[in-house]
Amino acid sequence: MLGSSLFASELRTLFRRRRTQAVLAVLAGVPVLIAVAVRLTESPHPGEGPPFLDRVTQNGLFVGVTALIVCVPLFLPLAIGVVAGDTIAGEANLGTLRYLLVAPAGRSRLLLVKYGGAAAFCLAAALVVVAAGAAIGAALFPVGPVTLLSGDTISVGASAVRALLVAAYVTVSLLGLSAVGLFISTLTEIPVGAMAATVILAITSQILDTIPQLDRLHPWLFTHYWLSFADLLRDPIAWTSFVDNARLQLGWAALFGALAWAKLTTRDVLS
Amino acid sequence: MSDLAISTTRLTKRYHRQVAVDAIDLAVPRGSVYGFLGPNGSGKTTTIRVLLGLAAATSGTVELLGEPMPKALRRVLPRVGALVEGPAFYPFLSGADNLTRLDAADRDAPGRTRRQRVHTALETVGLTAAAGKKVRAYSLGMKQRLGIAAALLGPRDLLVLDEPTNGLDPQGTREVRHLVRSLAADGTTVFVSSHLLAEVDQICTHVGVMSNGSLVAQAPLAELEGDGGVVHVLTPDPALAAATLRRLGLAGVTIEGQDVTATLDQAGIPTTDTATTDTATTEAAGPGSPAVEDVVEALVADGVRVRGVQVRRPSLEDRFVALTGEGFEVAR
Repeated sequence: MLGSSLFASELRTLFRRRRTQAVLAVLAGVPVLIAVAVRLTESPHPGEGPPFLDRVTQNGLFVGVTALIVCVPLFLPLAIGVVAGDTIAGEANLGTLRYLLVAPAGRSRLLLVKYGGAAAFCLAAALVVVAAGAAIGAALFPVGPVTLLSGDTISVGASAVRALLVAAYVTVSLLGLSAVGLFISTLTEIPVGAMAATVILAITSQILDTIPQLDRLHPWLFTHYWLSFADLLRDPIAWTSFVDNARLQLGWAALFGALAWAKLTTRDVLS
Repeated sequence: MSDLAISTTRLTKRYHRQVAVDAIDLAVPRGSVYGFLGPNGSGKTTTIRVLLGLAAATSGTVELLGEPMPKALRRVLPRVGALVEGPAFYPFLSGADNLTRLDAADRDAPGRTRRQRVHTALETVGLTAAAGKKVRAYSLGMKQRLGIAAALLGPRDLLVLDEPTNGLDPQGTREVRHLVRSLAADGTTVFVSSHLLAEVDQICTHVGVMSNGSLVAQAPLAELEGDGGVVHVLTPDPALAAATLRRLGLAGVTIEGQDVTATLDQAGIPTTDTATTDTATTEAAGPGSPAVEDVVEALVADGVRVRGVQVRRPSLEDRFVALTGEGFEVAR
């Protein structure tokens, strides 16, 4: 076995940690803020504010989707940066890295478990935003059929499925960044440094993506498809962007996973 | 099966241009309690890191429990318990949860018995009452105990303990000594690094001394402590006493105030560790220096007013300072 017990232990340690819980709570606060703001003001018109904001008044379940769009550029990269940047550097900083390796956890296995933990956090983060959005939306707005971008109207149940699909898309979107954070985390014993570097890279990538002169580079940036999940809100669903995004993220994860592996398996652990 | 629990040949570790460990040949017999001594910065911890596969050797080979390291790391380390450069834990987890996590990291540790083994390890180090407390709230001594508990999570053939009594109160230090003795009695090889010589003196069967990255001595403790000793005579008539001692053929007679000292070889010293004249009983001295009671008799016969007599064997500390030269200064 690859060590399901170490992975279980990693998940317990990660999610029982108060810092992780605080980050998730902040993310859950975003849809609440949006919903309350919309409720307290006049109904927004189509095209006003973040995408889908006007749909919120038709179907409260859409608060989650709108909140995800708000979170993708900064809040989610910050959250992932904290978790992925902490993976190895955090253990090195506490000194627990040497005890895990002496246990022996195995360097490759530990890296895989750590990446698995970061990926699980990506999923948790996306789900928390969608779930908190659905909850506050259902409380403040009617829950009814909703009009998609293609003009079709779908039922409440179907719209919940779409919201979960968007959460899945966002999770996949963050896998590349998680691997980048994992790699940076193997380079240092100072977790805050690794966290900051990871977040800065996510922002830099988004800035590069807006510079037209660099359009040849754009399809290779890990942030390129971050907001391209509109296709999931059409009928029938167009899967192209989902597949393109998944392929790109897989590439980044493979590249930086390999770099992290090369670094961690050859490095002297002196902390 | 090799009869050495730890064996290195020409083990060298270099950081950039700095040589931290310089071609050492460790030989730790199975079943021994091996005291690994050296001043701070002499390369003890670096050696331990290389032994455990945390750092790679620049050159030379390491065998742990008869298997090559770090090649056989996965097979060997589950049988090795270690405390390396102080304890380290997740401050936001309880003591028991910390141990559970470390145990889960070991693929060979059976999950069924995990809870029981964690409980037993905590009991062994006297932390049962604090098992559910977050490590953040632990004192240094409690963390040290928890570190030792982590090393005892499974059945171990070898324990590597780096400064195990650091931060412990005298009571805790005694408990650790007792623990090491009982583990050794069960056949576990214990490799203890320390700069506290008294500690090593009391529990070790073998000693290795590091100085500036080199292993300057390695021998069974008794050999390293050597023979002979020094007799101290406390008297208001130092000149008279010195004359008597010289007449008896004792070497190295020196006077320091009211304290007159001279060297005694093995024949002159009673077999108890440090004996004072009123409790000492010895066999008749063979050839060599006279027995210490005969020295006293001669002193009194010569009219020397003896206020006190003491025989001191050279302590491990004396040997240590003689070998390393630098006392407890940081070497570099």
